[in-house]
Amino acid sequence: MNMSIYTMLASTLSMAISGAPGLLFSRRSMTGQWIATLLNLLATLLGIVALLAFVSGGYHSENVAWPWTLPWGGFAVGIDTITALFLMPILGVSLLGSIYAMAYWKQTQHPGNGRKLRFCWGLMNAGMMMVVLAGDGVLFLMAWEIMALAAFFLITTEDHNPCVREAGWIYLIAAHIGMIALVAMFVLLRLTAGSFDLWMTIHSSVPQGMAAAIFLLALAGFGLKAGIMPLHVWLPGAHANAPSHVSALFSGVMLNVGIYGLVRIGEIMTVPPLWWGATLLILGAGSAVAGMIFAVCQNDYKRLLAYSSIENMGIICIGLGLATIGRTCHRSDLVLLGLGGALFHILNHSLFKPLLFLGAGNILHATDTRKIDALGGLAGKMPVTADLFFMGSLAICGLPGLNGFLSEWLIYLGLLRTAIAAHADTLVWISLAVPALAITGALAVAGFVKLFGSVFLGNKRSAVVDHAHDPGAGTLVPLAILALGCVALALFPELIIRLLVSAAHAWAPQMIASTASFGSLAPLQEMAKLNAGLLIGGTALLLLIGIVRQQKIRAAIPTWSCGFARPVARMQYTGASFSRMMAQLFTWMIPVKPAVPPEGCYVPQPAQWTQDVPDTVLDRGLIPGFALVQRLLERFRPLQNKPVNVYLAYMLAILLLLLLALCF
Amino acid sequence: MFYNVINPLIHIGLLMAMPPLLPGVINKTKAFVAGRKGPPLLQPYFDIYKLLRKGMVISSATTWIFQAAPVVTLAATLLAGLLVPFGPFAAPIHFTGDLILFVYLFGLARFFTTSAALDTGSSFEGMGAAREVTFACLSEAAVLLGLLVLVRLSGSVSLTPMLLAPLAHRPEAPVLLAAAGLFIVLLAENSRIPVDDPNTHLELTMIHEVMVLDHSGPLLGLINYGSAMKLFVLSALVLHLLVPFHIGVPVADWVLFLVEMIAMAGVIGMVESFMARLQMRHVPTLLAAASLLCGFGFVLMVR
Repeated sequence: MNMSIYTMLASTLSMAISGAPGLLFSRRSMTGQWIATLLNLLATLLGIVALLAFVSGGYHSENVAWPWTLPWGGFAVGIDTITALFLMPILGVSLLGSIYAMAYWKQTQHPGNGRKLRFCWGLMNAGMMMVVLAGDGVLFLMAWEIMALAAFFLITTEDHNPCVREAGWIYLIAAHIGMIALVAMFVLLRLTAGSFDLWMTIHSSVPQGMAAAIFLLALAGFGLKAGIMPLHVWLPGAHANAPSHVSALFSGVMLNVGIYGLVRIGEIMTVPPLWWGATLLILGAGSAVAGMIFAVCQNDYKRLLAYSSIENMGIICIGLGLATIGRTCHRSDLVLLGLGGALFHILNHSLFKPLLFLGAGNILHATDTRKIDALGGLAGKMPVTADLFFMGSLAICGLPGLNGFLSEWLIYLGLLRTAIAAHADTLVWISLAVPALAITGALAVAGFVKLFGSVFLGNKRSAVVDHAHDPGAGTLVPLAILALGCVALALFPELIIRLLVSAAHAWAPQMIASTASFGSLAPLQEMAKLNAGLLIGGTALLLLIGIVRQQKIRAAIPTWSCGFARPVARMQYTGASFSRMMAQLFTWMIPVKPAVPPEGCYVPQPAQWTQDVPDTVLDRGLIPGFALVQRLLERFRPLQNKPVNVYLAYMLAILLLLLLALCF
Repeated sequence: MFYNVINPLIHIGLLMAMPPLLPGVINKTKAFVAGRKGPPLLQPYFDIYKLLRKGMVISSATTWIFQAAPVVTLAATLLAGLLVPFGPFAAPIHFTGDLILFVYLFGLARFFTTSAALDTGSSFEGMGAAREVTFACLSEAAVLLGLLVLVRLSGSVSLTPMLLAPLAHRPEAPVLLAAAGLFIVLLAENSRIPVDDPNTHLELTMIHEVMVLDHSGPLLGLINYGSAMKLFVLSALVLHLLVPFHIGVPVADWVLFLVEMIAMAGVIGMVESFMARLQMRHVPTLLAAASLLCGFGFVLMVR
């Protein structure tokens, strides 16, 4: 049979070649872009057919293996529930991004880099699909490298801009450090398991040190890709400087691939040591809180969204860590809630993060600036974008009524169950992650109120807003589809409950029966009804306001605000002032560099206060660290730049040493 | 059987009718301590009624969010009130995991209120919004730690069993510590002294009062009603920890609940009369202290 896997392979092929025909057409013609979008559409449709075949086939995993001419490994691919779950965002977001790019990155407007972008877009999506489908270690690494390199070229699309180039370099270095870790990990796996076949359970007789090394290397490699702090340093620059639909793909899909690796590593031991899950949990909690604190203090809205992605990956890691701990302690409820919540959050994140990034693309297209403090009052000029962006903000903060709340709720329930005294007391410390998650939620509200309020609400802060307008349907339809997806998952979580339970069963077959259900652990249907009530009630209330306001409004005047006679747009709170209080609470983590106004004058002089928030790990840690290494290595400079005679003397000395070594 | 029907109805009725009485009691208490006669007990009812009949003046800088915020806040607070048990009676809505919904409903209200504040494009409202979201981060930690104590005590993750659990146990140190921490959070969330002064509209003291400067007419009436309801709901929650007693006869228990709520409002009035407002830079310290109290309560439960 294997219909599902062959169709998925065809989909991957179509995705890979989607950008290639465009290279043959002239840079002034739109034909290449049309072909790329249609091939992407074909790939997505084939993928949907494959997934439907997989689901209707009862979630049975399918595997295909062909030998190849390389000395290691083979072409082995397989699809199971976890793979299917990770394929869904790739297929969806790539199509929506291509449709968005038809209006946002028209070939005729970007003749220099459009074709390169679409070529690498196709390759990157195909690479991601192959990574998730791969059943062989060598194939996995090849697909991973294709994905990473294609991502580099996508980030540096606008390579005339020095910031873009720098972001690209940092990404490339980080990606290849991760690659080294992954190669080492696969080598160790090969040594323990005997073949490159992926995700086999390693025997429990494997020495602890080897298993620990595999886990740590996997954490480094996959954590670098997923953006877990402190390995996140490439993420803000890359996501901020890439074109917006590329950022949407990165944030919504590529980070998931890192999480995919972490999910699979949790599978390789039947009973992993407790510290595996504990490490994931603590790193996840730290990532979530610290990531969002950094997000709140950013002045660039795309960097804010990038740090928010780090936060969401942290939340997913909390769920994963909980599931791994559940695996160690034979607690099937923790596995179901932790893994189910994490996978649900991945799907949710792939809906609302691209929504936000594509909305950011609309803002960038309309105003040509990424500075939050240059905008304001855009809701009047771009009402549709503003409303959809608002919905995305509500969803990402995990507020009741939309889908983000449901996945965070599942993770909360899992964490709270460790506090219940009826079960083992050794796990009680895990419930301390609950206040951490709560702080993250409050920080997310702070960050997105700052973003939405400073960009869309209030009065305009500079003249760039004057010519802003809602873009055409081509850029609004993908946003609307994503928003509709958010609402659909909020109202009908039963669409994916079977998928989540089946994924948990695939992950821990001995613990979770294929017939398990969330029912007693988490009444998702009740919550869906409440969501429906909130959404319907909210819409009804808004209509009511619309009707009532006509009779009740007496006048529309400029903001009163306690009696200001002549309010000026510069008087309103900027994004930086909004986040100043938060930055002051966390000065030990965020070294803010404020520009101090001049003092010592009788009459106040014009002054300016700015808040520059560098990334602590990158700017305070890594860059000085690498500079130190460079200074140490420069001590060896005198050995170089010598005339040829000295090099001949070096070679003679080494030769003599080797001869001496052979004698002894 | 009869009580299964009538108790939720009484619950909803009290939730909708009683909240404006609490600010009246607080003001009367403060006036009594200050040697004044003070406004009538039912004055807040008359104020809300008066505001609902007036017309609105809307700032031209605002969008639909400005008008939606008071309504959404009221709706969220109402739903949260339906999740909390009053007295020893079960809440009308209860299911596994509703404590998270309870906490996040207030987050939803906060999102809309602070967005509406930024919507006006005024420096005052922006300042209040910035303070509100910052302090919320700290008070969320305290709330969840306090609720963790109850989760451990009751072995359940639904608010009704959690809050009714102290009835079955003697008043214990963890519950009292959590009660103290949650009382501080109640003062912070409802803009009471020592965190915020509900009477003044000076820049130095404002967090919640300043966010609603531009709302007028029915919107302001809804805001006042909603904030009274929030005080009511959070007081009902803290009462379960402070005075976990019940009589056993339903009618007597409802009367006891009414008396406890009015006494709670009196206690808040006393706190407001005898304490001054903290400096703004000390409020995070106060909220961190609340978190520590609840945290110690949790540690005591776990040891």
